[in-house]
Amino acid sequence: MSTYLDHNAGSPLRPEAKGAIARFADDAGGNPSSVHRAGQSARRMLEEARARVAALIGADARQIIFTSGGTEANNLAIFGATRALASRRKVISSSIEHSSILKPLDALENVIRSSPDREGRLSPDEIAASIDTDTALVTLALANSEVGTIQEIGTIAEAAARDGAMFHLDAAQAVGRIPINVAELRCDLMTMSGHKLGAPAGIGALFVADPSMLTPMMRGGPQEGGLRAGTPNLLGAIAFGAAAAAVREHFHDEALRLSMLANELLAELLDAIPGLRLNGPIRDRLPNTMNLTFPKVLGESMLIALDLEGIHVSMGSACAAGAVEPSHVLLAMGLTHDEARSSLRLSLGWNTTRNDIARAANLIPRIWRRVSEAEPSPSPSRSHMENLR
Amino acid sequence: MSRRRVLVAMSGGVDSSVAAAMLCEQGYDVVGVAMRLAPDAPAPSTKRRGTCCSHDDFEDARRVSERMGFPFYVVDLRTDFGARVIGNFVSEYLAGRTPNPCVMCNREIKFDRLWSRARALAADFVATGHYARVSRDESGRYHLLRAVDASKDQSYFLFTLGQTELSRTLFPLGAMTKTEVRARARVLGLANADKAESQEICFVPDGDYARLVERMAPDDAIRTGHIIDAEGKILADHAGIHRFTVGQRRGLGIAASEPRYVREIRRDSGDVVVGSRTELNSRGLIARDVDFVDPASHESAFDAEVKIRYRHPALPARLTLASSRTAEVRFVSDGPAVTPGQACVFYRGDEVLGGGFIERALRE
Repeated sequence: MSTYLDHNAGSPLRPEAKGAIARFADDAGGNPSSVHRAGQSARRMLEEARARVAALIGADARQIIFTSGGTEANNLAIFGATRALASRRKVISSSIEHSSILKPLDALENVIRSSPDREGRLSPDEIAASIDTDTALVTLALANSEVGTIQEIGTIAEAAARDGAMFHLDAAQAVGRIPINVAELRCDLMTMSGHKLGAPAGIGALFVADPSMLTPMMRGGPQEGGLRAGTPNLLGAIAFGAAAAAVREHFHDEALRLSMLANELLAELLDAIPGLRLNGPIRDRLPNTMNLTFPKVLGESMLIALDLEGIHVSMGSACAAGAVEPSHVLLAMGLTHDEARSSLRLSLGWNTTRNDIARAANLIPRIWRRVSEAEPSPSPSRSHMENLR
Repeated sequence: MSRRRVLVAMSGGVDSSVAAAMLCEQGYDVVGVAMRLAPDAPAPSTKRRGTCCSHDDFEDARRVSERMGFPFYVVDLRTDFGARVIGNFVSEYLAGRTPNPCVMCNREIKFDRLWSRARALAADFVATGHYARVSRDESGRYHLLRAVDASKDQSYFLFTLGQTELSRTLFPLGAMTKTEVRARARVLGLANADKAESQEICFVPDGDYARLVERMAPDDAIRTGHIIDAEGKILADHAGIHRFTVGQRRGLGIAASEPRYVREIRRDSGDVVVGSRTELNSRGLIARDVDFVDPASHESAFDAEVKIRYRHPALPARLTLASSRTAEVRFVSDGPAVTPGQACVFYRGDEVLGGGFIERALRE
C-alpha cells in the first residue's frame, strides 16, 4: 500500500503518456530532421506534441523549444537572454528560486535577489522598482515549488516591458496546476517541465515569445528553430504532448478535485496535530501543495517514518550523499533552522485518490505522535564543552 | 506475526554491510541507516577511503541495501555528534586527557541517539557491525561478551551498555571471524568484501587532532607551559597540553641521552612531565564515570582483568568501588603507562563487567 504525495518532485507517468509511449514504441523510428518519409512521420509527431504543449499555456507552437527538462530550460532562459542583451548588466531574481535558477545566476555578476515575506510572497513593487533600462532579465518562479506561493507578477511584467528587459517565469510547478496563459502573464520566456505533469523525466520546454530574441546555448544542428541543437527527445516530447493534452482536457474538474482533497487533508491534519503550521499563504497558493511545520519533531524522522508506512513526502532538498537539508526557501521566509528542519512538503497530483487522503489523514497524526514522543526535537542539548574545568 | 524491525547502522564497510545482510536473511524487517556525523562532510568528488562518513561509503551502504532489498536512509546526526562526541573530545584534550571518541560515540550516538530514532521508526532493535556478543541468561539478565574473533573483539568500546541497551541491541557478527565475514560478503555478492578497515578517527581524517582542538577551543582554553623532568627542571616550552598524551615519545622536542616519555600532564600548571620508560609504570588507576553492564552483579571489591587501552592485553587487577561511579583499580603486578581519558574496561574471562574512564594513575 503506497500513497504518493510528492508530485512536486515528479508525477507518476499518466496513462495518456504511457499510451503515447507504447504507440511510439510500435512505430518505425525516424529522425525528425530526415528527408525520407520515416523522418517526415517523426517530424509530424514532434510537431503535434509541440502544438499540444503550446496549447496548454496559450502559446503558438513556434514559440515552444523542447529541452531536456526544466533545468535546461532555466539555463537556456538565463544565459540565452543575458547574452542576447549583453549590453545590459543587471539581472533580477529572488532568494527562493529552484537551484536551476540560483546556481546559473551564481555565474553572473550584478544579480539582485529579492527576499520574500513570511508567506513566501515577493514584493512586486520592490522588484518592479529595481527594473531599469540596464536590466537584461527578470527571472522568477511563478509558483514556488516548496511552499506553493503564487507570485503577483502583473506590475513586474509591466515594468520589464516598459524598460525592455526580458521577463522569464519558471512555471515548472505552476503549469497544469493553475490556469496559465502566456499572453495574460506577459512573459517573454517560460519554463515547463514534463515530469511534473505526468510525462517522463528528461523532457521539458522553454516558451520563447520571440525566438529571435534569444541566443542559443547548445550549438550544432538547426533543430528547435536553431535555439537548441541536437536530435530532439521524440519519445519524451510525444509523452509530454499527451500529458499536456490530458491536463488541458480535465483541467477544471481536476483542479477542483485536487483542491478539495488538499483542503480536506489540511483541515484534518490541523485538527489532529496541535501546533501544526502551514507555511505559505492560504490563498494564492498552488492548490496541490502544502508545506507543513510539525511541532517537536525532526522532518527527517517524519519523512522516514512515513516512508516506512508507505506515505511518500519530501523535505527541502537532498544533499549529494542523500541526507535531507533544510529548505532554503523556508529559511528565506524567516523560519528558524529548527522550524525548517521540522517541515515537510506534501504535494498531490493526478493519481491522488480520496483513499490516499483518508489514509494520510489517519496515519500522519499517529506517526507524528510516535515520533514526537520517541525523539522530541529540538533535543535537549548535552554539550560537553560546558564542562571545561 | 509481523516481522521485528531492526535499524542497522551502516558505515559502508564490510562489517556493517554483512550484519545488515545477515539480519535481512534471518527474516528481520531491516531498515539501513548511514549516519552523517562529522560536521563538514567531504565534497562528493574527494576520494577518501577508510573513514565512516564519506559520500563513497554511503554509496557502498546504499548498494548493499539495493542488493538485499531493504530501505536505506542517510540520517543527519551532526548536531548531536558535534555536541556529545566532538565537544567531549575537545574538552578532554584541553583538560590534558586522551579521549576515546569511539566509546563516546557508542554511548551517546549509536546506542542512545540512534535508539530514539529507532523508536520513532517503530523499530524493536538497533544493530551494528561490532564484533561483540550479547547473551541472555535464564534469569533474563543480559551479558556482554568478547567476540569469538579475539583479534577483532570490540567489546572494549561497548562497556557503557547496560541491561536496557543490551536488551534492544543486536551484534550479528559476534560469533564470526573477520575472514568469515569477508567470505560471507563475497557469497552475498557485496562489492565491499575486500574493503580496507577504517583506522583513524572519523572526524579527524588527516589525523591532526591538535589542529581540530585548537580550532574548536574557546580562546583562553589552550594551556601552554613547560616540559619538565621529574625533578621539576624545565626542558622546553610547549604550545599546549592538548598536543600530548601520556606514554608519548615522539615529537617532544627535547634532546636527551635516553628516550623520554610523557609521564604526566598537569592541566593546572600546564606542565608536561617526562621521564624514562620505567618511570611510566604504574601500580593502578582511578576510574570515574564507572558503569556496570549488570549493576546487580558485583561486590564492592572484586578481582577482574582490566584493559586500559583497546590494543593492550587485559591485566589482572583488584577493584575497589570508592563510590557508586568511582573505582580504584590495583594491578596485581606493575602495570604499563596509564593514560587519563582512555577507557578502563573490566573483564572476567570473556565477559565485560563494566568500565570507566581513567582519571589518573596510581604510582604507589
